[in-house]
Amino acid sequence: MVRDITLGQFLPGHSFIHKMDARAKILLLMAIVVFIFVAGNYVSLLMMTIVSLLIVLMTRIKFRMYLKSMKVILFVIIFTGLINVFYGSGEVLWEWQFIRITWGGIHNAIFVIIRIITLVMVSSVLTFTTSPSDLTDAIERLLKPLKIFHVKVHEIAMMMTIALRFIPVLLEETDKIMNAQKARGADMESGGIIRRVKALMPVLIPLFVSSFRRANDLAMAMECRCYNGGNGRTRMKVLHFSWRDLAAAIFLLLTFAGVIVCNIFVPAVM
Amino acid sequence: MAVLKVEGLKLVYGAGTSFEKTALSDVSFSVNEGEFIGIIGHTGSGKSTLVQLLNGLLKPTAGTVELYGKNIWKEPKKIRQVRFKVGMVFQYPEYQLFEETVYKDIAFGPANMGLFEEEIDKKVRAAAEFAGLKEELLEKSPFDLSGGEKRRAAIAGVMAMDPDVLILDEPTAGLDPLGRDALLSQIQSYHEVRKNTVILVSHSMEDIARMADRVLVMNKGKKEMFDTTENIFSQGKTLEKMGLRVPQITRIMLLLREKGIPVDTGVLTVEQGFREIMHHMALLS
Repeated sequence: MVRDITLGQFLPGHSFIHKMDARAKILLLMAIVVFIFVAGNYVSLLMMTIVSLLIVLMTRIKFRMYLKSMKVILFVIIFTGLINVFYGSGEVLWEWQFIRITWGGIHNAIFVIIRIITLVMVSSVLTFTTSPSDLTDAIERLLKPLKIFHVKVHEIAMMMTIALRFIPVLLEETDKIMNAQKARGADMESGGIIRRVKALMPVLIPLFVSSFRRANDLAMAMECRCYNGGNGRTRMKVLHFSWRDLAAAIFLLLTFAGVIVCNIFVPAVM
Repeated sequence: MAVLKVEGLKLVYGAGTSFEKTALSDVSFSVNEGEFIGIIGHTGSGKSTLVQLLNGLLKPTAGTVELYGKNIWKEPKKIRQVRFKVGMVFQYPEYQLFEETVYKDIAFGPANMGLFEEEIDKKVRAAAEFAGLKEELLEKSPFDLSGGEKRRAAIAGVMAMDPDVLILDEPTAGLDPLGRDALLSQIQSYHEVRKNTVILVSHSMEDIARMADRVLVMNKGKKEMFDTTENIFSQGKTLEKMGLRVPQITRIMLLLREKGIPVDTGVLTVEQGFREIMHHMALLS
């Protein structure tokens, strides 16, 4: 079912990670992402993978949920992995006409696959453990400096909140419409790619129409409650940095230092 | 003869995950040909889940659904044939309209059945008439219709498949009183002319009382009662415990009975109630 997609879902809980400040989580996530790419050899990559797994464990969310979000991008993982196998350099292992597999290519593929998997894992941690409203709040705060350049930070954040908020709603709606069309004999499971795309029209059009209807209703409801942008708007929940964020930051800084040291002393694979 | 027969039906949503939820357990009943069945139950009692199992949109975790004595999941590849025979109108069906014209939208179902052009045309026009859609609306875009007309167009889209069993999940939700009365009598006359089986899910006890031959009462994912409409609604207390009511007129009859006036409590419509009360007034004076 479409509802099984977990990417971007929030799973409430009381773990250490859940209780961290959303701003800290975003900044640290970005740092982790950077260092997943900085890690240039197996030792440092292993370090980043272990740290990512540790974070995943700390969320106390069932590992199955992470696997589910992985399932969505399984194709991307396999595809980029395969492409990398064929585009490496170095010692040739196997050759046939223009296809060439090299050790470099295999290393590349392994690196890319591990990197994508860890990336998805840590990003899932962010969305799994942070409520959408906290998340966009944090983004708004972090982007605040851009106001100098007349970037409409609040509006962007509000759009993100709404978009995130409506993902599950739209998924549910897709499910409903699909069922309704299936009840009229729509066949979405068989046929070639063109037939399948055509079979999607009866689902996409109603979905599109209802998104507009929802947008209209929502805009009306917001105006009824006198929403007029971010100026002078206060918050019910104010974000606070705590000892948890400091502890997490120190821990990750140590890891990053470790990665850099590894990069210097262990030769890079690529 | 039984059209639909349900045995030990059970459905668990999200089996094996933390969201595991038993929506339906151990439901068995059978529906005869040409019957008008009402399904009532509190929100979340499993009504919608049950009807989606009947036409194979959901696959039961355990138990069987038999259509004309044949398990519908015996050949999963032919499940579409089941859906043509058991037509399903969802809640707010107008949100499923998508074609350029109303005509094309109604023709979507019959076209999926692989019928010939003339046959489709016949079915579309017949269904539009049953649903009370005016001829000139057929060439309009479904998005230009009024709310009530959209609803009718969507219902016609299911009627056009000529199903042996027509399931309607809250067809009158959100319609104005006039619109709902008109729609209900249209459904009634469709049922009378076509002599097919109709299953109506509704929160309105009045509608169910007026139309259904038998009523299935669902409570917490289980079949609570399944009996003739009179027998069901004469059990006001039991229904109230499940968060349901009896029709207002039946309630008056039950109250009168309590006050010592021996009226018939099997009264389901206002006309019947009127006659019953007038009858007793005559006896009293």
